[in-house]
Amino acid sequence: MLNITINGAEVKAQEGATILEVARDYGFYIPTLCYLEGHDSYGACRLCIVEIGEGSRRRVVTSCNYPVEEGLSVQTDTKKIIGHRKLLIELILSRAPNSKTLQDLASYYGVEKIRFKNKNDDCILCGKCVRMCNEQMQSGAIGFVGRGKNLKISTPFSKANEVCRNCGACMYICPMVEVQCRGPKTTGDLCNGCLRVTPTCVEVYDRQMCYVEDCGTCVRPGSKPTGGKSQKK
Amino acid sequence: MKILKGHGAMMKREEIMLEKIFKKYKLQKSALVPVLQDIQAEYGYLPEDVLRQVARKMKISLIEVFGVATFYKSLSLIPRGRHHIQVCTGTACHVRGAKRVLEEFERDLCTCAGQTTEDQEFSLETVNCVGACALGPMVIVDGGKYHGHMTATKVKPCIRKITRKEAE
Repeated sequence: MLNITINGAEVKAQEGATILEVARDYGFYIPTLCYLEGHDSYGACRLCIVEIGEGSRRRVVTSCNYPVEEGLSVQTDTKKIIGHRKLLIELILSRAPNSKTLQDLASYYGVEKIRFKNKNDDCILCGKCVRMCNEQMQSGAIGFVGRGKNLKISTPFSKANEVCRNCGACMYICPMVEVQCRGPKTTGDLCNGCLRVTPTCVEVYDRQMCYVEDCGTCVRPGSKPTGGKSQKK
Repeated sequence: MKILKGHGAMMKREEIMLEKIFKKYKLQKSALVPVLQDIQAEYGYLPEDVLRQVARKMKISLIEVFGVATFYKSLSLIPRGRHHIQVCTGTACHVRGAKRVLEEFERDLCTCAGQTTEDQEFSLETVNCVGACALGPMVIVDGGKYHGHMTATKVKPCIRKITRKEAE
């Protein structure tokens, strides 16, 4: 067992484990999009970045593929990291804004504006589906095709292929399939409904149900937040 | 019948060629790129059925082979023409008007960059630097003939020269 510190807390870690695994074991929240438990780490989404080291040797690494070492000091939520994550979320969102997973992340980190050109894609190239298909389903039906800005997920020759068993695992783990909640804004916009909700439903449901249309959600910036009772459409 | 026979002979020749390539690299997984390079050199492109054979023989999933084949620019999935024309659109050539040269080629050959003409004579491609920036805009014909200081007006003579050499 190795001794490391995460956010100042001394924890024990198994040799060979990654920072992300240890941090999640101890309940530290690190957001990820491309991490898939039990599969190869890919390090594509970069959301799992943490700061390691002390003083002048401090640096930013992706925790999902950084193995722990003795005496490692990890900071998961410094100002720098939060800033980086906000920019990353903004960039990923500008690529695929119609995903609830991404919109929720944006609200969680307080990203309120997308400064980049909206691409309205349906894929963030996290490669989860590729690894799922290859490693767990042992199928290898889909993969990365092309490179650079032409990179996409596809089947060989863009044809339906015989090795695909239509198991649907690729869709099951895709962070993009969960469609955006129906707030007052149109698709392709940043919702941020969860940011401005007056949490009346929290008492009842124990969590914010921002995808329920009538739940006093999505108060526009500038307007007065409505209470649970007074909101009527 | 004659055509069929010819086709059969061709198939056999191709099979022998493939066998040779496979034998050369002993079907190691790491040899995928050199195998594809050899096939590219023999056929001028990577035919679909050959890629399927490669995947089967080397015990690699087809998508992995396809991914590698689409990743590298020197590997092509569409047949290349008998003459391969590369127009450099790197920074130096771009500044000196490589775009106009490329457009002129596209107009004269009735094809787009990255495509092959219908008669399979010419294929046109853009490259990003050939290391001869002082001579830009650069055009390379068949991988060896370097034409420096190209302009749109020099495009037609250039194509004519290639076709005339062919006729002789």
